[in-house]
Amino acid sequence: MDLLLEETVPGGGHTSLIVKRGQSLRITDLRGGANASVLLFNATEKSERLNLPDTLKCQHTAKLTAGHCLYSDMGRVLAAIVTDTCGWHDSIGGVSNAEEAYERYGAGRYQELRNAFYRNGTDNLLVEMGKWGLGIPDLLMTLNLFSRVDVTDAGALNFVPGNSKAGDYVELYAPMNTLVVLTSIQHPLDPNPEYAPRPVKLALSHAERDVAELCRTSCEENVRGFLNTDRFFL
Amino acid sequence: MTTTLTVSDKRPEHAVFRETLAAGEPWLHELKTGQTLRILDLEGNQAVDTLFYSLADPRERFDPQRTLRRQKNLYLTTGTVLYSNLGNPMLTIVADTCGRHDTLGGACAQESNTVRYALEKRYMHSCRDNYLRACAHDGRLSKRDIGANINFFMNVPVTPDGGLTFEDGISAPGKYVELHAEMDVIVLISNCPQLNNPCNAYNPTPAELLIWN
Repeated sequence: MDLLLEETVPGGGHTSLIVKRGQSLRITDLRGGANASVLLFNATEKSERLNLPDTLKCQHTAKLTAGHCLYSDMGRVLAAIVTDTCGWHDSIGGVSNAEEAYERYGAGRYQELRNAFYRNGTDNLLVEMGKWGLGIPDLLMTLNLFSRVDVTDAGALNFVPGNSKAGDYVELYAPMNTLVVLTSIQHPLDPNPEYAPRPVKLALSHAERDVAELCRTSCEENVRGFLNTDRFFL
Repeated sequence: MTTTLTVSDKRPEHAVFRETLAAGEPWLHELKTGQTLRILDLEGNQAVDTLFYSLADPRERFDPQRTLRRQKNLYLTTGTVLYSNLGNPMLTIVADTCGRHDTLGGACAQESNTVRYALEKRYMHSCRDNYLRACAHDGRLSKRDIGANINFFMNVPVTPDGGLTFEDGISAPGKYVELHAEMDVIVLISNCPQLNNPCNAYNPTPAELLIWN
């Protein structure tokens, strides 16, 4: 593996970067208990974006982990989860907005707290998306890395604390040029009443295509998803 | 699964709007604050793929993740408030004789059909075709506005180990759901034409739409 870039996103921070076709992005929970809310877009045609319903139904899963692909609405693979030491990433909870963050944590303004002010996932993603010309209509269902929400038979949602340990990481291989928009912010269903988002580390590398074989061959649907993706580059 | 079914006392002869939507057709219609929309599954286990937008500002639209986390439950039924991406209540489910409606399965599209079934299924009719056609003619909405929708009458449970299963439908002929509008909304429906999924017994059927003041 050929490391291109390493960067730590502090708790509450937001960033975005293009992971080019053939590169991979490793996201590491540095201290344990992190949550990274993520959106993905085709970097060259940004109306194409992560579609969690398509992702979930074609792989018959609600959780996401190694072997799964993250699909766009155009039937292509924006990223493949090639490694995951955590085991469960959430597709249900989404991101809080300012009102929900206030309900949970109370007031935490920049005026008093400077850069430790209380941020929220919606505004963090919108700010980052705005830099690429994207806005509210583009903020669709988000993927929450490192978080787990269990569903009972009756449908009740239960946040599972401690799903991710210090050092746990997930690696996303990009079979196309994928814009990753990310914020490290607490999960909306995390019952912790204290505003305490955790940092994550990003590491961008060149990758060999065969790292994604596990994902490409994990089901027939993904074989076709990779075919669709390759056809975009003919 | 425990479900409480709620019957409506509204009478079809008092409806201000009543239309049968054939299988595979789109429907884009405004619903005003205080009006009630009934979606009726005429023949059973028909997926009615539905999106909602604020009439005043269509950038405000149905937000599935907020709706689920605010009620701390995956399934929609009577009492469920459908929230917008700006945190406002859009509609409330006030009657439901089916008891389960899906929010995770999304709408079918030519492209997702190639992944799910076979590359050569691309040319079959799909919900996203319906959405795009209705949006193109209406002019207020476009591809960018098509987010994750509700599949009324579809049963897509999540298992304790995180699996997603497409179970046999629990709907039946004559089952319905009623939504009370908390704001003026645009309702965008595709009466799903999917022929590859056993959920609807490979047989898309009509739905009836009724509105009361």
